[in-house]
Amino acid sequence: MSVVIDGLTVRFGGVTPLDGVTVTFEPGTNGIIGPNGAGKTTFFNVLSGFVNPASGSVHAFGDDLLGMAHYRRARWGLRRTFQTEQAIEELSAAQNVAMVLENTPGSGSAGSRREAALDALEFVGVDVNPDEPVGTMGARERRLIEVARAVVGTPRVVMLDEPAAGLPDEETEHLGRVIQRIPDETGALVILVEHDMTLVSACCAVTSVLDFGKLIATGPTDEVLRNEHVIKAYLGAEDAELEGVIGNE
Amino acid sequence: MSTATSTPDATPRLRRSAPGLQTREIRSLIFVAILLIVALAVLPQILSVYWVTICTAVAYYSVVAGGLGLLMGRVGLVSLGQIAVLAVGAWIACKLSFSTSLPFPIVLLVTGLITMVLGTIIGLPALRLSGLYLALITLMLAGAITVALRTMQFPNGGPGFLGNDPNQSDPVRRPAIALTDVAYFRYTVVICLILFAIALWHVRGRAGHAWAAIRQSEPAAIAAGVNITLYKLWAFALASFMTGVAGGLLAGDVQRLYAITFTTQQSIILLAVVLMGGIYSLWGGIIAGIFYSLVPALLNNWGVAADWLTILFGVGVLQVLLTAPGGLSQQFPRDMKNLYGLITGKKRKERQAMQAPPGGEAGAPRAAVSDGPDQSGVVE
Repeated sequence: MSVVIDGLTVRFGGVTPLDGVTVTFEPGTNGIIGPNGAGKTTFFNVLSGFVNPASGSVHAFGDDLLGMAHYRRARWGLRRTFQTEQAIEELSAAQNVAMVLENTPGSGSAGSRREAALDALEFVGVDVNPDEPVGTMGARERRLIEVARAVVGTPRVVMLDEPAAGLPDEETEHLGRVIQRIPDETGALVILVEHDMTLVSACCAVTSVLDFGKLIATGPTDEVLRNEHVIKAYLGAEDAELEGVIGNE
Repeated sequence: MSTATSTPDATPRLRRSAPGLQTREIRSLIFVAILLIVALAVLPQILSVYWVTICTAVAYYSVVAGGLGLLMGRVGLVSLGQIAVLAVGAWIACKLSFSTSLPFPIVLLVTGLITMVLGTIIGLPALRLSGLYLALITLMLAGAITVALRTMQFPNGGPGFLGNDPNQSDPVRRPAIALTDVAYFRYTVVICLILFAIALWHVRGRAGHAWAAIRQSEPAAIAAGVNITLYKLWAFALASFMTGVAGGLLAGDVQRLYAITFTTQQSIILLAVVLMGGIYSLWGGIIAGIFYSLVPALLNNWGVAADWLTILFGVGVLQVLLTAPGGLSQQFPRDMKNLYGLITGKKRKERQAMQAPPGGEAGAPRAAVSDGPDQSGVVE
């Protein structure tokens, strides 16, 4: 029940955003950190099927993920959120979340899909009228609705791409509590890409570090955050936030 | 998500009941009913046969415009070939009318289905192209179809597969219940209503949700499991089906068809009127149908040269693109609401309370409504 990535390489012309990444994600919440441009989002995009890798393989729970058509991966249970939130403005909150189920064959009647969508909205703790168009809602609500869309039904791998970006601190705390509950309550394996080290420390038992497309460290989060290569990679990128976290430890 | 009970402390409980009909929807339904009564009962009483025939054209061109609006407004696909698709539908209906003895509704249905297959094939480039390039490809295909039709002409009871005999012209059959122009008008309105209902059913359902996602963000759509290839073709199929049936209605309406009436330029005019009517609502299709068929007839009646029409539509499209991206179908209800506000004086009092400088009659209402809820339900 793990996600095994072997020798994943992506090339855009002369640039190599991912260079032979080999890593295994175990059930629970796995963090990925790294300076800007390290290849974190490209990594998610390969798993989502938006980018085709030059070489390498991804096996999720024993299934060959790269052999699946991209839209079938969501049906398989691979879910994600985006760095810039992508809730569909024209649709209501309930429709946004139920959409995943609508496109999954054998996911029950319209009524049961709606129930599942409302369950997911309650799970992420968003207090909205589920039948209002998302376009009228604030950034916090949209972000949580997107997370609800990622956990509705039976997710197997949930990828969160900087879910705390642009959120105020108290909202980040709430989001952290939601993320911590995803593995236990849905059984999904969570991969969290985040710059907010407090959130990563709070949610992830294991963290991997990408720098210039290469995996430079992986292991228990507190150890990884003390790793000198990691500190160097971050200080090189002058990420004051991490410096602060490391300084506290 | 089987464990709804384990929600933590401060989690709000959401309203579980399924949403009933909203006030806006009830208002729309009432409006449709009134419009239907007016169209079916009142118009044939007060209009001459000539104007009733014009109204028949308004009805089926509304469907063509509705199909194009669906492609553009819902999925973001620009097609400049819809009049060619309409011509194909009309050709198939003529062919079926002369070569078979199928009853008229079946002719319409089969025409719609065949046009749907052909239109979907035309839509295949849409899987690879978008925006300007898709518009160009569809325009060129439309040109090709127009040229082919010029040579083939429409079946008119002649021999052979093409069925065209230049020396004779039998009229296309009409349904037995709608032989007169007035009865055929009523028949057309009912068929068009069914087509709009089918379109609405798609827009409100699974396909509509998928289209909304595709239009806003293809990555987000894929991440939600939407097969974007399927749903883009689906949109082309639905629009082509509607246009094909409209072509069948057109064939029964004019009865003797000539390729000269379907020019490539008409497809561009259609795009202009669809933009003016509004691409985000099916009402826009009806407004576009009025612009496309009724306005030229009116200008003709008043002795205004047809060239003015192109200028009028050009200005209209500019106005829409600059001030009202949702077209008249969004702007008109908003303006009516403002007008109502002005008449009741409610808005005026509010403005006085806010000590805003007294504005002109045209400029003031728009500002007054910006705080009201958006009528359309579509957020730009």
